[in-house]
Amino acid sequence: MRPAVLVLPLAAFIAVTFVAPLLVMLGRSVHDPMVADALPETLGLLRSWDGERTPPEAVFETMARELLKARREKSLGRIATRVNRVQAGLRSVLMKSVRRLRGAHPPDSWREAMIALDPKWGQTRTWHAIRRAGERFTLRHYLHALDLDQAPGGGIIRQPPDLRIYLPLLRRTLAVSLGITLLCLLLGYPIAYLIANAPPHRANLLLLLVLVPFWTSLLVRTTSWIVLLQTQGVINDLLAAVGLIADDQRISMIYNMTGTVVAMTHVLLPFMVLPLFSVMRTIPPLYMSAAASLGASFLQAFRRVYWPQTLPGVAAGSLLVFILAIGYYITPALVGGQSGQLISNMVAYHMQQSLNWGLAAALGGVLLGGVFLLYLVFNRLVGVDRMRLG
Amino acid sequence: MTLHRSIPAAFLLLATALTGLTPFALAESVTVVSWGGSYARACEKAFHEPFTAETGIEIRLEDYNGGLAQIRAQVETGNVHWDVVDMEMADAVRGCDEGLLEPLDLGALAPGADGKPAEEDFYPGSLTECGVGTLFYSTIYAYNLERFPGNRPSTIADFFDLEKFPGRRGMRRTPQVNMEFALMADGVPLDQVYAALRTQEGLDRAFRKLDTIKDHIVWWEAGAQPPQMLADGEVTMSTAYNGRIFNAQVLENQPFVIVWDGQLLDTGQLVIVAGSPNLEAARKFFSFSTTVRSLVAVGRYISYSPARQSGTALISTHLETGVDMKPHMPTTPENAARGLQYDWEWWSDHIDEMNLRFIAWLLR
Repeated sequence: MRPAVLVLPLAAFIAVTFVAPLLVMLGRSVHDPMVADALPETLGLLRSWDGERTPPEAVFETMARELLKARREKSLGRIATRVNRVQAGLRSVLMKSVRRLRGAHPPDSWREAMIALDPKWGQTRTWHAIRRAGERFTLRHYLHALDLDQAPGGGIIRQPPDLRIYLPLLRRTLAVSLGITLLCLLLGYPIAYLIANAPPHRANLLLLLVLVPFWTSLLVRTTSWIVLLQTQGVINDLLAAVGLIADDQRISMIYNMTGTVVAMTHVLLPFMVLPLFSVMRTIPPLYMSAAASLGASFLQAFRRVYWPQTLPGVAAGSLLVFILAIGYYITPALVGGQSGQLISNMVAYHMQQSLNWGLAAALGGVLLGGVFLLYLVFNRLVGVDRMRLG
Repeated sequence: MTLHRSIPAAFLLLATALTGLTPFALAESVTVVSWGGSYARACEKAFHEPFTAETGIEIRLEDYNGGLAQIRAQVETGNVHWDVVDMEMADAVRGCDEGLLEPLDLGALAPGADGKPAEEDFYPGSLTECGVGTLFYSTIYAYNLERFPGNRPSTIADFFDLEKFPGRRGMRRTPQVNMEFALMADGVPLDQVYAALRTQEGLDRAFRKLDTIKDHIVWWEAGAQPPQMLADGEVTMSTAYNGRIFNAQVLENQPFVIVWDGQLLDTGQLVIVAGSPNLEAARKFFSFSTTVRSLVAVGRYISYSPARQSGTALISTHLETGVDMKPHMPTTPENAARGLQYDWEWWSDHIDEMNLRFIAWLLR
């Protein structure tokens, strides 16, 4: 009982700083009451609209009234932005109509006046979009996050090819994360082996070489790669100086995918080396000698004796690196240029630039679901209980 | 500084850090956000310093690269620390629609140099609901003469012609302006560019044109970057704000040449952020900086022309070098004739979907 009480502060801390924001963001991905609150009467009238013909005059009149009210309350811009996310192009219809209707005499027929301002008011598509934007709870953001959309008449369709962003990015993120995991394993395995089998004083020194970058600020490490890799950087200068490349044909190694992969591999390498090392340290060197004395070649002994025993470390390191890589944001943002961007950079874009938090949250949700799914598959194949983190 | 002197100073620093008050906050101040580089320096000399001298109000200058994201974040979280912002027309109109900006108080604007009321003195269309047009600036493209000593680029089509004029191109990382340039270069007549952008075919056509140089584009974000990129040889030509190139020409003797063909003319807008923490000081600064005298003064440091009619006749010379400014202004008839007026209304309504389309294009 007492140890449980001691953990309470930590549990409270995690609940406030991690679980609660996560739930709030996931909530935002399906819940947006902005339009519903601003146009309650119009949406109420639209509920009984047949959806086949242009809505009746009453709907137009109410819509105009509520839009003008929203304009006075300075919320029209945000409403228009949301409607525009359902159907691109409606923002200008809304804004333009209100600009023209404001101050004008109330027309005899709002319906005719508004259709005269923009023929889109006469299309049922527009009203379907407004009705959908007014839904308090929606899966729209998840559809958009998967490059899908609701068809005007119901049903789900793919976005037109020139608007497909997220699926290609998700695929790229998965591929890059897998590649980086593999690179980390290839580079990290020999180092971990070396450290685990070196005499103690040399092992400490080697371990320090792994840990110092691990303790160094991520920003410092990422920006050092800029110094090294840029067109006027150390490596290009060196290559040009010894004549391997012409001075005007320096290699672009940064602000593209190469930059992202190199810098991220470096940043994530310790997360592979440390679990591997902790597992290898427990494998007595005698096992390999025993295998050799029984006539196995080094390769045979490695494959059948050593490698299987390191699997828990390999699994732990790979899972750690992969999950970190899939959500990585700062390194691609700094050194990825345009072609080296990953899905998390789009989450940041929607959080900070377009302020479409619903979509950002949905992208996060997709990522979370994806990682969870991978974890289940991984558990099935390797078994999480066999994993050793250190 | 000796030790016994620095100890009290250290205590003062510590004390101010603890109370969260800098000594400067005690004096009245206003946070002004502008575009950095030579333009911000021109504004500082032209009217920030005279304003502080006259009123005693400190100006805290910050840089940004346009857009509404930071202001949205400040207003929506109720944590506004910007007061006055110098922004693009499309952003000002949109920010006003979203309630992010203070409505314009026409009474705060000084009359023209000829005594005409402000509403008549400002060029038509430059006064919006929340903002005041201050200066005409244009996005042009410029090239480094050293890279093209023989055959020189002269039209907007040349910017997209990698065969005749090889080398990397600098472009601002936004769909705005680039779409227009692409269409003009592809042979769309000036007066039909925005009509074309309103159609799917027009958009596709613009992106197809951009595709032809996509692998050779170096993207910039801040207005100070293009002259730097041209000087470093990172690009052979770049789109840029005309004033930045002018300053590099006259102050740094850079061999840059501006191509006015296809220039996109826009008006900078001065606005006050809704919920500005120093509203009184902000209003004073707003009135001061939109006078004819202030706007004309900017044109003595950088080649942007005043958005007030009574100011146009007062355009004179560059203060530091004595260069006649008229031929360098984007509004000078021979320069303006080959360009296009930026359609801020269209952009303020379509920027969201255009941004997404642009990002999708960049990722392809």
